[in-house]
Amino acid sequence: MKHRRNTLATAFLAAALCVAAGGAHAQSKIKVGLMLPYTGTYAALGTAIENGFRLYVQEQGGKLGGREIEYFKVDDESEPSKAVDNINKLIKRDNVDVVVGTVHSGVVMAMAKVARDTNTLLVIPNAGAEAVTGPMCAPNIFRSSFSNWQPGYAMGKVAGERGAKKVVTITWKYAAGDESVEGFKEGLKAAGGEVVKDLTLPFPNVEFQALLTDIAATKPDAVYAFFAGGGAVKFVKDYAAAGLNRTIPLYGPGFLTDGTLEAQGAAAQGMLTTLHYADGLDVPKDKAFRADYGKAYKMAPDVYAVQGYDAAQMLGIGLDAVKGDVSKRNELVAAMEKARIDSPRGAFTLSKAHNPVQDIYLRKVVGTENKSEGVAVKALADPARGCNM
Amino acid sequence: MDLAVFLVQCLNAVQYGLLLFLVASGLTLIFGILGVINLAHGSFYMIGAYLAYALAPLFAAQSGGGFPAALAIGVVLSIVFGYVLEWVFVSYLYERDHLQQVLMTYGLILVFEELRSIALGDDVHGVAVPGWLAGSVPLGGVMTYPVYRLFMSGVCLLVALALYAVIARTRVGMAIRAGASNREMVQALGVDIRLLYRIVFAAGVALAVFAGMLAAPVTSVYPGMGNQVLIVSFVVVVIGGIGSIRGALLASLLVGFVDTFGNVLVPQIAGVLVYVLMAVILLWRPEGLFRTG
Amino acid sequence: MKFRRFAILVRQTSAWRGWPLAVAVVALALFPHVGGSFYVDLVLTTMILSIFALSLELLVGRTGLVSFGHAAFFGIAAYATALLSPSSQPPSLAWLLPAVVAIAALAALAIGAFCLRARGVYFIMVTLAFAQMTYFVFHDTKLAGGTDGMYLNVKPLLALDGDTLVDLRNPRTFYYATLVLLVLVYALLATIGRSRFGHALAGIRANEQRMRAAGFSTYGYKLAAFTLAGGLAGVAGFLHAVKDGFVSPEILAWHQSGAVLLMLILGGIGTLRGAVLGAFAFVLMKELFQSEALFGAFAKHWQLPLGLAVIACVALMPKGIVALPTQLRRFRAPLLHAG
Repeated sequence: MKHRRNTLATAFLAAALCVAAGGAHAQSKIKVGLMLPYTGTYAALGTAIENGFRLYVQEQGGKLGGREIEYFKVDDESEPSKAVDNINKLIKRDNVDVVVGTVHSGVVMAMAKVARDTNTLLVIPNAGAEAVTGPMCAPNIFRSSFSNWQPGYAMGKVAGERGAKKVVTITWKYAAGDESVEGFKEGLKAAGGEVVKDLTLPFPNVEFQALLTDIAATKPDAVYAFFAGGGAVKFVKDYAAAGLNRTIPLYGPGFLTDGTLEAQGAAAQGMLTTLHYADGLDVPKDKAFRADYGKAYKMAPDVYAVQGYDAAQMLGIGLDAVKGDVSKRNELVAAMEKARIDSPRGAFTLSKAHNPVQDIYLRKVVGTENKSEGVAVKALADPARGCNM
Repeated sequence: MDLAVFLVQCLNAVQYGLLLFLVASGLTLIFGILGVINLAHGSFYMIGAYLAYALAPLFAAQSGGGFPAALAIGVVLSIVFGYVLEWVFVSYLYERDHLQQVLMTYGLILVFEELRSIALGDDVHGVAVPGWLAGSVPLGGVMTYPVYRLFMSGVCLLVALALYAVIARTRVGMAIRAGASNREMVQALGVDIRLLYRIVFAAGVALAVFAGMLAAPVTSVYPGMGNQVLIVSFVVVVIGGIGSIRGALLASLLVGFVDTFGNVLVPQIAGVLVYVLMAVILLWRPEGLFRTG
Repeated sequence: MKFRRFAILVRQTSAWRGWPLAVAVVALALFPHVGGSFYVDLVLTTMILSIFALSLELLVGRTGLVSFGHAAFFGIAAYATALLSPSSQPPSLAWLLPAVVAIAALAALAIGAFCLRARGVYFIMVTLAFAQMTYFVFHDTKLAGGTDGMYLNVKPLLALDGDTLVDLRNPRTFYYATLVLLVLVYALLATIGRSRFGHALAGIRANEQRMRAAGFSTYGYKLAAFTLAGGLAGVAGFLHAVKDGFVSPEILAWHQSGAVLLMLILGGIGTLRGAVLGAFAFVLMKELFQSEALFGAFAKHWQLPLGLAVIACVALMPKGIVALPTQLRRFRAPLLHAG
């Protein structure tokens, strides 16, 4: 009698364990590797991106595709030379299912190479390097932000439409700067203007005084500048201090005035910039997003937070389609490609090269806000030159 | 380029050179008299800039008197800081060889950067130019030149003159000059060398911190700003001659001109030009422009 | 009788001073079979850094020339590897490696010819200046991708008559190739150390004037050492480019030159095994301080404990890890006698 009861009990236990094991397997967490700058000049951007990402996951009850998320973080320090080692920490040491990152274009180029070689899913929440949706494009690489060309092109069209015939460009000599200026040139040409001079200085040099003198001597109709972070703060202030802003309008992509207005103060007032996000947008999702973000993090969101939020959204859509089974890569990718992302910036879709096709807004600096003045270019897609997808 | 633009570029060059002089003079004193290669000198500059940022809200209420008061407080704090640092850390570097000094001060850079990161964060900050200096002087037609930059050049020039006066005309200055030539002899002659070293180090730190505070409204405040200044300062010190203030002044102005005009005329290779200048001068005069002892 | 011979043989074998080295090499060779792929990568990076450190040891330890610009040759070699490789076919190891090493050595010859005119602290400064020059050339110009760096599209291989002998695209093969190169560089430097050339360099470090008085053309010897060190740094640079498939200007930054000097002093200047130990110690320290498992949220401020550790190590262990046993013995000895 006892024997049979024991056997039955054992059998029950075994069955229960099997169910539990099977269930536990389905309940195991999805590993998300965040490779962002947590130190250095872009630290604030990295934090904003992570905040946005986590906010979306929280709104879904802490799960994407029905599974909980486990986060792994690596500080990339915006250093391209350490990028390969850093992303390998996430892929080989932590065995993440997807990598989300980063801000700096040079770092993301190295990440894209490793992602291609190891076939790891990579979602880029900022870096606009055209190479990753150009020659290095791949089915497993997505971007939720922009390509450097997009805001530049939009600004070029606006500048041309506002009567600028001769324009001087100024930027740092690196991929993001070059690509932004190229986009501007194309847009300006389409609207009937031309760039007469390209000024550059090495990244991250901020001694602008000599170049500002050069601009004054050239007497153009307008100036297009691409800088970000500390460089943006300094340039706008120096431009005003040199008195150039009274006679020569300064244009630029939104990075020139995003997150920098408190420091730039009076020097930036009235400046026009173009970006895929702005303050005071008439988008219901944006109003809800701003309220939730403010409650969760006690600060106002910026374009970087929106990009992080949308990266999570994109990933969530894909994971929902495969019910959390990351091994079904092809279906996951297909779902992400077809996704329509309900973003605070306004809904957008992805191009064939996996870059957002989105509205670019014209913004004006009023106080400490970049107020939207309407859409500069609607549904702008990056030309994705060199991508064979 | 026409004459007006040329003159403005010269102004730019002089202003940059004079600011560089402030940092380099401290470095050359420390290097020449204490015999210590101090890689952390750039960190003092960074500390000065962050100090300006941290003190700015305290003086925001006062309209005119705020900025000079902040500068004064900064200088006093830095003298105390330099004094203590020499006592606690730098004095142990004197007997060590150059390699050990290089590496220990390199460790110090890391420590300062992280302490700053913990205390004040990693964001980029702007420091407002004080109201009474915020104007611009018109310079022919389109351009205006910021008054603050003229103010900076003026202050740096005053400091240079004051340094010259102290070194050439006072007893302390005499001991400093002697110490730069022959340290052992000065000790043998009964000068309290330890006190002298402490004063010199504190002065060097104060100069670098002051330069950082002065430059903050113009360069904005960001992590890593010390590193860029450090290397250029070393180039200036080597070109000018280790231990020579006169050399540091001349070399700073030279570097200021090469860098400014290089950036305008040949931006592709501007970064390299300063080092080419150093290589050329060292080939001509292996110990810098003005040798001391 | 036989037992006695056997005992003598055992004693002689155990007295062989090469045991620690042999054990180390065997341990490194076996590691890929036991370690996780991330840690194997870490050891691989450290081996490459060891080669870099060994090359500098020839200059700093043996010849007494403190160069603060050694990263220049590491970087030039890495960039040369990327620039010389064709974009679609794997280049042959047989010509690529010697070519890259030759380029690095030539650069060292040119730069050394200038720098060695300076003495003492000026030498340190001029080497730094030239390294900065090379950094800016790669950083500011479009020669090789500027600040964003450039890719190495296809990794090299070694083929003979159509049969691939060594394919560096295979991570295992690459690991062993690196290990072999490390052993070869170590052996080369050890041989040089025992040679007449090596003794001349040691003499120059001890007292250059005396060597000149004895009739040695010290400038020539120093230049030869500088060139050789540059070429060997080139081996490390080549391996770095192949490992990552990506090069960026930061590998030429003065921080790299500083880091490798740090490795030497950590391990112990003057010995070859000190250079290798120093490289491993440095990488281990960095990993330790960056580990979130140990430091949690504070791990992002890892440069603080690293800086303090650097200061402590240089202050308390100026002769490095290799001298630790001797230091401890000296520390314990008075206690033993007192007890």
